[in-house]
Amino acid sequence: MAHASHIFSYKTLGLALGALLVLTGVTVGASYIDLGWINVWIALVIASTKAGLVLVVFMHIKSAGKGVVVSFLSTVCFLAIMIGFIFWDVAFR
Amino acid sequence: MAEKPDQTGKKLGMWLFLYTEIILFGGLFVLYAVYFSWYTPDFILGAKQLDLGFGLANTVILLVSSFLVAASITAVQKNQRPFALTALAGALVCGAVFLVNKYVEWGHKIEIGIFPGSEKLLDGPAPQNLFFGLYYVVTGLHGIHIVIGMVLLGVSFFLVLCRKITAQDDAVLDNCGLYWHLVDLIWIFIFPLFYLVV
Repeated sequence: MAHASHIFSYKTLGLALGALLVLTGVTVGASYIDLGWINVWIALVIASTKAGLVLVVFMHIKSAGKGVVVSFLSTVCFLAIMIGFIFWDVAFR
Repeated sequence: MAEKPDQTGKKLGMWLFLYTEIILFGGLFVLYAVYFSWYTPDFILGAKQLDLGFGLANTVILLVSSFLVAASITAVQKNQRPFALTALAGALVCGAVFLVNKYVEWGHKIEIGIFPGSEKLLDGPAPQNLFFGLYYVVTGLHGIHIVIGMVLLGVSFFLVLCRKITAQDDAVLDNCGLYWHLVDLIWIFIFPLFYLVV
Protein backbone atom coordinates (compact mmCIF):
# COMPACT_ATOMS: atom_id res chain seq x y z
CA MET A 1 0.00 0.00 0.00
CA ALA A 2 2.95 2.32 0.45
CA HIS A 3 3.01 2.86 -3.29
CA ALA A 4 -0.67 3.30 -3.85
CA SER A 5 -0.61 6.34 -1.56
CA HIS A 6 0.99 8.62 -4.13
CA ILE A 7 -1.20 7.76 -7.07
CA PHE A 8 -3.56 10.41 -8.28
CA SER A 9 -6.16 9.34 -10.82
CA TYR A 10 -5.88 10.73 -14.36
CA LYS A 11 -9.08 12.65 -13.66
CA THR A 12 -7.59 14.43 -10.62
CA LEU A 13 -4.43 15.25 -12.57
CA GLY A 14 -6.53 16.53 -15.47
CA LEU A 15 -8.63 18.72 -13.17
CA ALA A 16 -5.44 20.17 -11.66
CA LEU A 17 -4.13 20.94 -15.16
CA GLY A 18 -7.43 22.61 -16.03
CA ALA A 19 -7.30 24.74 -12.88
CA LEU A 20 -3.68 25.71 -13.62
CA LEU A 21 -4.58 26.78 -17.17
CA VAL A 22 -7.57 28.80 -15.93
CA LEU A 23 -5.38 30.53 -13.31
CA THR A 24 -2.84 31.33 -16.04
CA GLY A 25 -5.66 32.98 -17.99
CA VAL A 26 -6.76 34.90 -14.90
CA THR A 27 -3.25 36.19 -14.19
CA VAL A 28 -2.84 37.37 -17.80
CA GLY A 29 -6.29 39.01 -17.72
CA ALA A 30 -5.56 40.71 -14.38
CA SER A 31 -2.35 42.20 -15.79
CA TYR A 32 -4.42 44.24 -18.26
CA ILE A 33 -6.27 46.00 -15.43
CA ASP A 34 -4.07 48.76 -14.04
CA LEU A 35 -4.38 48.72 -10.24
CA GLY A 36 -0.92 50.09 -9.49
CA TRP A 37 1.11 48.22 -6.87
CA ILE A 38 -1.80 45.81 -6.22
CA ASN A 39 -1.10 44.18 -9.60
CA VAL A 40 2.16 42.72 -8.33
CA TRP A 41 0.42 41.20 -5.31
CA ILE A 42 -2.41 39.75 -7.42
CA ALA A 43 0.19 38.14 -9.71
CA LEU A 44 2.10 36.73 -6.73
CA VAL A 45 -1.02 35.37 -5.03
CA ILE A 46 -2.14 33.62 -8.25
CA ALA A 47 1.39 32.27 -8.83
CA SER A 48 1.51 30.95 -5.24
CA THR A 49 -1.88 29.28 -5.69
CA LYS A 50 -0.63 27.61 -8.87
CA ALA A 51 2.56 26.55 -7.07
CA GLY A 52 0.43 25.04 -4.30
CA LEU A 53 -1.57 23.02 -6.84
CA VAL A 54 1.61 21.70 -8.47
CA LEU A 55 3.06 20.80 -5.05
CA VAL A 56 -0.01 19.00 -3.76
CA VAL A 57 -1.25 17.24 -6.91
CA PHE A 58 1.68 16.83 -9.31
CA MET A 59 4.44 16.54 -6.70
CA HIS A 60 2.13 14.76 -4.20
CA ILE A 61 4.09 16.36 -1.36
CA LYS A 62 1.67 15.06 1.28
CA SER A 63 2.49 11.42 0.53
CA ALA A 64 6.22 12.16 0.94
CA GLY A 65 5.68 12.35 4.69
CA LYS A 66 5.62 14.90 7.45
CA GLY A 67 9.38 15.42 7.31
CA VAL A 68 9.20 16.67 3.74
CA VAL A 69 6.16 18.89 4.38
CA VAL A 70 7.79 20.50 7.45
CA SER A 71 11.19 20.95 5.79
CA PHE A 72 9.55 22.41 2.67
CA LEU A 73 7.60 24.93 4.73
CA SER A 74 10.81 25.75 6.62
CA THR A 75 12.53 26.49 3.31
CA VAL A 76 9.69 28.83 2.31
CA CYS A 77 9.91 30.51 5.74
CA PHE A 78 13.65 30.95 5.31
CA LEU A 79 13.05 32.52 1.90
CA ALA A 80 10.43 34.84 3.41
CA ILE A 81 12.86 35.88 6.17
CA MET A 82 15.57 36.52 3.56
CA ILE A 83 13.21 38.62 1.43
CA GLY A 84 11.84 40.43 4.50
CA PHE A 85 15.23 41.37 5.91
CA ILE A 86 16.61 42.48 2.56
CA PHE A 87 13.62 44.77 1.99
CA TRP A 88 13.95 46.05 5.54
CA ASP A 89 17.57 46.89 4.85
CA VAL A 90 16.78 48.47 1.49
CA ALA A 91 13.88 50.55 2.89
CA PHE A 92 15.93 52.17 5.67
CA ARG A 93 19.11 52.99 3.79
CA MET B 1 9.65 -11.48 -1.78
CA ALA B 2 12.64 -9.16 -2.17
CA GLU B 3 13.10 -6.40 0.38
CA LYS B 4 11.48 -3.16 -0.64
CA PRO B 5 13.95 -0.44 -1.64
CA ASP B 6 14.24 2.60 0.66
CA GLN B 7 11.77 4.86 -1.14
CA THR B 8 11.47 7.36 1.71
CA GLY B 9 15.22 8.01 1.92
CA LYS B 10 15.52 8.51 -1.83
CA LYS B 11 12.62 10.95 -1.87
CA LEU B 12 13.85 12.93 1.13
CA GLY B 13 17.25 13.29 -0.54
CA MET B 14 15.60 14.66 -3.67
CA TRP B 15 13.50 17.14 -1.72
CA LEU B 16 16.59 18.40 0.15
CA PHE B 17 18.22 19.05 -3.22
CA LEU B 18 15.09 20.84 -4.45
CA TYR B 19 15.30 23.22 -1.45
CA THR B 20 18.74 24.36 -2.62
CA GLU B 21 17.22 25.06 -6.04
CA ILE B 22 14.43 27.09 -4.44
CA ILE B 23 16.98 29.19 -2.55
CA LEU B 24 19.07 29.62 -5.73
CA PHE B 25 16.16 31.05 -7.73
CA GLY B 26 14.79 32.74 -4.61
CA GLY B 27 17.99 34.79 -4.40
CA LEU B 28 17.58 35.90 -8.01
CA PHE B 29 13.94 36.79 -7.40
CA VAL B 30 14.96 38.94 -4.42
CA LEU B 31 17.49 40.74 -6.63
CA TYR B 32 14.75 41.31 -9.20
CA ALA B 33 12.27 42.48 -6.54
CA VAL B 34 14.65 45.06 -5.04
CA TYR B 35 15.59 46.54 -8.43
CA PHE B 36 11.94 46.47 -9.44
CA SER B 37 11.00 48.48 -6.36
CA TRP B 38 13.78 50.99 -7.10
CA TYR B 39 13.27 51.35 -10.84
CA THR B 40 9.62 50.42 -11.37
CA PRO B 41 8.96 52.61 -14.48
CA ASP B 42 12.06 51.30 -16.31
CA PHE B 43 11.25 47.70 -15.45
CA ILE B 44 7.74 48.19 -16.82
CA LEU B 45 9.19 49.62 -20.05
CA GLY B 46 11.57 46.65 -20.21
CA ALA B 47 8.79 44.12 -19.64
CA LYS B 48 6.71 45.71 -22.41
CA GLN B 49 9.49 44.82 -24.85
CA LEU B 50 9.12 41.11 -24.02
CA ASP B 51 6.76 39.03 -26.12
CA LEU B 52 3.80 37.94 -23.98
CA GLY B 53 2.86 35.33 -26.60
CA PHE B 54 6.09 33.41 -26.09
CA GLY B 55 5.83 33.65 -22.31
CA LEU B 56 2.22 32.46 -22.31
CA ALA B 57 2.87 29.64 -24.78
CA ASN B 58 5.80 28.40 -22.72
CA THR B 59 3.69 28.54 -19.53
CA VAL B 60 1.00 26.35 -21.12
CA ILE B 61 3.63 23.98 -22.55
CA LEU B 62 5.30 23.49 -19.15
CA LEU B 63 1.96 22.96 -17.35
CA VAL B 64 0.94 20.32 -19.89
CA SER B 65 4.35 18.64 -19.60
CA SER B 66 4.05 18.54 -15.80
CA PHE B 67 0.63 16.91 -16.17
CA LEU B 68 2.13 14.32 -18.54
CA VAL B 69 4.97 13.49 -16.13
CA ALA B 70 2.51 13.08 -13.24
CA ALA B 71 0.30 10.91 -15.50
CA SER B 72 3.30 8.72 -16.38
CA ILE B 73 3.81 7.97 -12.67
CA THR B 74 0.14 6.99 -12.31
CA ALA B 75 0.47 4.84 -15.45
CA VAL B 76 3.53 3.03 -14.06
CA GLN B 77 1.65 2.36 -10.84
CA LYS B 78 -1.24 0.93 -12.83
CA ASN B 79 1.15 -1.18 -14.93
CA GLN B 80 0.12 0.70 -18.08
CA ARG B 81 3.64 0.81 -19.52
CA PRO B 82 2.80 1.96 -23.08
CA PHE B 83 0.85 4.93 -21.73
CA ALA B 84 3.65 5.81 -19.32
CA LEU B 85 6.11 5.82 -22.22
CA THR B 86 3.78 7.92 -24.38
CA ALA B 87 3.30 10.46 -21.57
CA LEU B 88 7.05 10.72 -20.96
CA ALA B 89 7.71 11.13 -24.69
CA GLY B 90 5.03 13.84 -24.77
CA ALA B 91 6.70 15.65 -21.87
CA LEU B 92 10.05 15.47 -23.70
CA VAL B 93 8.46 16.99 -26.81
CA CYS B 94 7.02 19.78 -24.64
CA GLY B 95 10.50 20.46 -23.24
CA ALA B 96 11.95 20.61 -26.75
CA VAL B 97 9.21 22.99 -27.96
CA PHE B 98 9.87 25.18 -24.91
CA LEU B 99 13.55 25.42 -25.84
CA VAL B 100 12.77 26.18 -29.50
CA ASN B 101 10.45 29.00 -28.37
CA LYS B 102 13.19 30.32 -26.11
CA TYR B 103 15.68 30.17 -28.99
CA VAL B 104 13.37 32.14 -31.29
CA GLU B 105 12.56 34.63 -28.51
CA TRP B 106 16.19 35.23 -27.55
CA GLY B 107 17.22 35.27 -31.22
CA HIS B 108 14.78 38.07 -31.96
CA LYS B 109 15.95 40.06 -28.92
CA ILE B 110 19.58 39.69 -29.94
CA GLU B 111 18.72 40.68 -33.50
CA ILE B 112 17.25 44.00 -32.37
CA GLY B 113 20.30 44.68 -30.20
CA ILE B 114 18.97 43.66 -26.80
CA PHE B 115 21.59 41.46 -25.18
CA PRO B 116 24.07 41.83 -22.28
CA GLY B 117 26.73 44.36 -23.20
CA SER B 118 24.98 45.52 -26.40
CA GLU B 119 25.40 49.16 -27.46
CA LYS B 120 21.65 49.71 -27.32
CA LEU B 121 21.49 48.65 -23.66
CA LEU B 122 24.74 50.34 -22.60
CA ASP B 123 23.70 53.67 -24.18
CA GLY B 124 20.11 53.43 -22.90
CA PRO B 125 18.84 53.89 -19.34
CA ALA B 126 20.89 51.83 -16.86
CA PRO B 127 17.86 50.20 -15.13
CA GLN B 128 16.69 48.72 -18.43
CA ASN B 129 20.13 47.19 -18.85
CA LEU B 130 19.59 45.69 -15.37
CA PHE B 131 16.16 44.35 -16.36
CA PHE B 132 17.46 42.58 -19.43
CA GLY B 133 20.55 41.36 -17.58
CA LEU B 134 18.26 39.69 -15.03
CA TYR B 135 16.00 38.45 -17.83
CA TYR B 136 18.88 36.66 -19.54
CA VAL B 137 20.36 35.27 -16.31
CA VAL B 138 17.07 34.00 -14.87
CA THR B 139 15.55 32.59 -18.08
CA GLY B 140 18.98 31.24 -19.12
CA LEU B 141 19.48 29.44 -15.81
CA HIS B 142 15.93 28.14 -16.06
CA GLY B 143 16.65 26.97 -19.63
CA ILE B 144 19.67 24.99 -18.38
CA HIS B 145 17.33 23.37 -15.84
CA ILE B 146 14.96 22.43 -18.68
CA VAL B 147 17.84 20.73 -20.50
CA ILE B 148 18.86 18.82 -17.35
CA GLY B 149 15.21 17.91 -16.71
CA MET B 150 14.89 16.59 -20.27
CA VAL B 151 17.97 14.42 -19.79
CA LEU B 152 16.43 13.03 -16.58
CA LEU B 153 13.09 12.39 -18.32
CA GLY B 154 14.98 10.69 -21.17
CA VAL B 155 16.74 8.42 -18.67
CA SER B 156 13.39 7.64 -17.03
CA PHE B 157 11.88 6.83 -20.43
CA PHE B 158 14.72 4.42 -21.13
CA LEU B 159 14.41 2.78 -17.69
CA VAL B 160 10.65 2.31 -18.09
CA LEU B 161 11.33 0.83 -21.52
CA CYS B 162 13.86 -1.64 -20.01
CA ARG B 163 11.44 -2.46 -17.20
CA LYS B 164 13.89 -1.09 -14.63
CA ILE B 165 11.22 1.30 -13.39
CA THR B 166 8.24 -0.69 -12.19
CA ALA B 167 5.23 -0.23 -9.95
CA GLN B 168 7.30 -1.73 -7.09
CA ASP B 169 10.33 0.50 -7.60
CA ASP B 170 9.55 3.82 -9.23
CA ALA B 171 11.74 6.11 -7.08
CA VAL B 172 13.87 7.19 -10.07
CA LEU B 173 10.83 8.23 -12.11
CA ASP B 174 9.34 9.90 -9.05
CA ASN B 175 12.49 11.92 -8.39
CA CYS B 176 13.00 12.88 -12.04
CA GLY B 177 9.35 13.94 -12.02
CA LEU B 178 9.89 16.04 -8.89
CA TYR B 179 12.77 17.84 -10.61
CA TRP B 180 10.64 18.54 -13.69
CA HIS B 181 7.77 19.86 -11.57
CA LEU B 182 10.17 22.18 -9.72
CA VAL B 183 11.36 23.59 -13.06
CA ASP B 184 7.68 24.20 -13.88
CA LEU B 185 7.14 25.73 -10.43
CA ILE B 186 9.96 28.22 -10.97
CA TRP B 187 8.55 29.21 -14.38
CA ILE B 188 5.18 29.86 -12.70
CA PHE B 189 6.91 32.74 -10.88
CA ILE B 190 9.19 33.85 -13.73
CA PHE B 191 6.24 34.33 -16.10
CA PRO B 192 4.33 37.03 -14.17
CA LEU B 193 7.49 38.71 -12.86
CA PHE B 194 9.01 39.29 -16.28
CA TYR B 195 6.15 39.19 -18.77
CA LEU B 196 3.15 40.54 -16.90
CA VAL B 197 4.55 43.64 -15.20
CA VAL B 198 2.25 46.62 -15.80
